[in-house]
Amino acid sequence: MSTVAPPPKASPSDEVLPELKVVTDATCTFCGCVCDDMELTVEDNKITKAKNACVLGKAWFLNHHIEDRPEATIEGQPASYEQAIERAADILSNATYPLTYGLSDTTCEAQRVAVAISDWIGGCVDTTTSVCHGPSGIAFQEVGEVTCTLGEIKNRADFIVFWGGNPAESHPRHFTRYSLMPKGQFLPNGRKDRTAVLIDVRKTKSAKAADIFLQLKPRSDFELAWAMRAIAKGVDIDPSIEEKTGISLAQLTDVVERMKAAKFGVILFGMGLTMTRGKHLNSEAVLSLARDLNQYTRWTAKPMRGHGNVTGADNVVTWQTGYPFGVNLGRGYPRFNPGEWTSSDLLARGECDAALIIASDPMSNFSQPARDHLARINLVVLDPKLSETAKVATVAFTTSTYGINTAGTVYRMDDVPIPLRPAFKSPYRSDYEILKAIETRIREKQLAEPAVS
Amino acid sequence: MAEIFILIPGRTSKQGTTLNEGKSTDGYLEEINTLQIAPEDMARLQYEDGDKIRVWNDFGEIVVPCKTSKGDELPPGLLFISYGDQSSRLMAGETHGTGMPDSKGMDVQIAKVSDRS
Repeated sequence: MSTVAPPPKASPSDEVLPELKVVTDATCTFCGCVCDDMELTVEDNKITKAKNACVLGKAWFLNHHIEDRPEATIEGQPASYEQAIERAADILSNATYPLTYGLSDTTCEAQRVAVAISDWIGGCVDTTTSVCHGPSGIAFQEVGEVTCTLGEIKNRADFIVFWGGNPAESHPRHFTRYSLMPKGQFLPNGRKDRTAVLIDVRKTKSAKAADIFLQLKPRSDFELAWAMRAIAKGVDIDPSIEEKTGISLAQLTDVVERMKAAKFGVILFGMGLTMTRGKHLNSEAVLSLARDLNQYTRWTAKPMRGHGNVTGADNVVTWQTGYPFGVNLGRGYPRFNPGEWTSSDLLARGECDAALIIASDPMSNFSQPARDHLARINLVVLDPKLSETAKVATVAFTTSTYGINTAGTVYRMDDVPIPLRPAFKSPYRSDYEILKAIETRIREKQLAEPAVS
Repeated sequence: MAEIFILIPGRTSKQGTTLNEGKSTDGYLEEINTLQIAPEDMARLQYEDGDKIRVWNDFGEIVVPCKTSKGDELPPGLLFISYGDQSSRLMAGETHGTGMPDSKGMDVQIAKVSDRS
């Protein structure tokens, strides 16, 4: 008879020490910078340190906790996962004009399934891009985009124009990691080798970081960019440009001449352009300015993107449908028409009769008529948190958080794909897994229907 | 008719950090519910920090406390509010064929509703 030796007595420290691990090269998905050099210390499913993270990244990681919520609810009541998948598939299959919206805070893998669902049910697919840099997407189609990566900016850009954005508060590591401060291959002295201009209607915290601040009058971005194009080409500009834009012709001419003398320039533009009257025309003017300057030297322009994978949403929707957002699949092939198939419009006009909302909270930030319609129709909502949209959902799924709990791929604001290295597992399923189950159930239902002769 | 101001909703660092703490937290709600007004306009209109201000346009109306903007961040005539639930209530549903409502640079009127409570 064998005897089982008692387990070795645990030392006091063994008994109290929580599980601790360090995840290196993790990726922060809070903003479009998608910094992939995080060092996360994880203790008992809680991130206790986020080395290299900025103030927003630290808030993203250190406040993350697993929600104490049901995995799924139907009409506000806890439901089984299977029941919720069935109801979601019913809603989306039976809708006559369904909308899929959100997608900027989830993985490319999940985005891809969401587009497939939209295709199977003949709906519209739109992302938060339409209320972010959607107008820039329209401008790309008009005038193209002379583009570059953040790595090129780091290594080459000796002249940087920030226009209509406040990176010091919205993308805190952009200055230090990608644009203003770092020493680059051709900029051995870092900040000293670069000239920075900020153009904005407010003298924001970013102004301190710039060499030149041009405070333009509100709603005159287009006029300013157009005047700069003209000055670059040597066309005479009337001094009354100051009355319109608030910036004197002399100062504007000085800035444009410096821009022409740069070796590698970039305009990084924000939503001050896209959200203000003129919208896509504002973006178009700035993109055209960068394009024109290539007659003299190397210039590029990039939009500053907000959400962690909003750039991935553009890429995925484009590679699957040919268009970046505002796509209608109702005829079995994709059609693109901002203003018609974009979410703000579809909802404010009360057109769609059901919506699949992924990782987004339009009940908090859409116009009132759009919110009123969201409250009237059947919603299937996937969100790690109990958002205002999840609160009014017919079916709501609690999901794991991408980047922290879920692996996958995201695109940085310069269209560079970055892999995610999650810190710990969540008890909740990922967007991808839930969407895949909904898609499968929708297909089962469709294939079970008698064929129409 | 009340004077027309231009409202700029935008991101702030505090809005970003408190968003991660939760949209129902005091910090987040305070940040997205505070209207910043240029010092010159505060003095001219005889507003004080904390006064409740009605902000309205053709599309909506909100009532939020105000505070004086820092230094010369805002020129007179310009207002700032952290982007969120309140600012979005002043957006129109119309996007002029772009998909994007006018979300910045909105014409609004303001009036004091009550002193700081």
